[in-house]
Amino acid sequence: MSHSFPFRKVYGPAMVIAVITLYGLLSALLGDGMWDALSWVALAVPLAVIAWKYAAGRKVSTKS
Amino acid sequence: MTKSNSIRPQTVRTWYRIHKWSSLICTALLLMACVTGLPLVFSDELQTMLEHHVQPVQVEAGAATANIDAMVAETQAKFPSLHPFNVYWDDDEPRVFVNMSPSDKPKDGEIKQAVFDAHTGRLLEIPTDQFNLIGFLLRLHSEIFLGLTGELVMGAMALSFVVSLLSGALVYGPFMRRLRFGTYRADGKPRTRWFDLHNLLGIVTLTWAFVVGATGVMNAISTPLFGIWRAQTMPTILAPYRGKPAPTHFQSVDATVQQVSSALPKMRISSVLFPNKVFGSPQHYLVWTEGKTPLTSRLMTPALVDVQSGAMTVSKGLPWYLRALEVSRPLHFGDYGGLPLKIIWALFDVALIVVLVSGVYLWLIRRRAPVERELNRLVSLEEQHAGAPAR
Repeated sequence: MSHSFPFRKVYGPAMVIAVITLYGLLSALLGDGMWDALSWVALAVPLAVIAWKYAAGRKVSTKS
Repeated sequence: MTKSNSIRPQTVRTWYRIHKWSSLICTALLLMACVTGLPLVFSDELQTMLEHHVQPVQVEAGAATANIDAMVAETQAKFPSLHPFNVYWDDDEPRVFVNMSPSDKPKDGEIKQAVFDAHTGRLLEIPTDQFNLIGFLLRLHSEIFLGLTGELVMGAMALSFVVSLLSGALVYGPFMRRLRFGTYRADGKPRTRWFDLHNLLGIVTLTWAFVVGATGVMNAISTPLFGIWRAQTMPTILAPYRGKPAPTHFQSVDATVQQVSSALPKMRISSVLFPNKVFGSPQHYLVWTEGKTPLTSRLMTPALVDVQSGAMTVSKGLPWYLRALEVSRPLHFGDYGGLPLKIIWALFDVALIVVLVSGVYLWLIRRRAPVERELNRLVSLEEQHAGAPAR
């Protein structure tokens, strides 16, 4: 149905990133060592998404 | 005709207005907080780099520690006109700090300090009053040099930021419904590029920004929260002392520390506050202890020790609102997962600055164009589709 709001498409990726971020924020709080490392990996995900989408946008524009 | 999960145009307009106004209220101070927060994330590293201090002697783990009372006496001799305010232990190095003050509620710059080696008991140094960059940035960041008033202003700002984030996440949906997630049209007009960047960075950093914003609110109201706790606990503890004169004989600080350590074996002593009418009790040493594991090291338990009789009152832990405050501190500062976490914190902070600046830019150019035309166009699209048959 085109008039219904495509919730999953619009907010799905955002919610996955939110859960990963939340895990990353809590992991380093609850433990040291391995927990810290997992926190760095999880919190690098949103930053990597920014870099990826930004680079993808630029790539498309240089092609056209 | 409207399905439950379609969004009414009027609702979108309301979200948009909330997003616009809550953002405008907090933008200037928030930008200042982001810029000053960037170096503050690395305050430990900067402190080590900028301020050289005399190193304590290296000893094996578990070595005996020196007598605290001797340190207090030596500091008292250096500053005969002041009286002992508190003693605290360094987190990273075996150092003991003894602070002297002219009153129970010292003003800025009134505290005089001596630093001792925790093991040898030797006086390491008396720090000189020099410009403290970290302290300056922290006061700007947390209270814009206005004391408690400034803290509350910054708290209101942070609250407005949280509202702006939530409403921003709501308007994100209608604005993005026709676009793929993370669309960035680098070949578009400046306003398209900044719009895409605002949406991409905003939605991706949303959770981080929300946590830092909400914990910022908590930190901003910490002074009133501790005030409530003191007002609730102190009268009961001090009731038996009513009418009695101020203590003249003081039990040894070292004995007090030993006493609390054996009563709370799972805790580490972090500081001792001398009798104080404002921040503690006029009749007790207020001993602050913290846990030894990563999580419990954030949770402090206070113990009160009568300076004359040595009788001890251990609080049953702090109330929930102070526990929440304690846990919210690391989540605001980002100082709980080593240097990589601090670098991540700084990158998120830079992303947030871009979101802020792009938001202001979009607001400015939309103001020049007929107001909210973009939104009206969008809403009319919604309305057309609401009436259109299914594709």
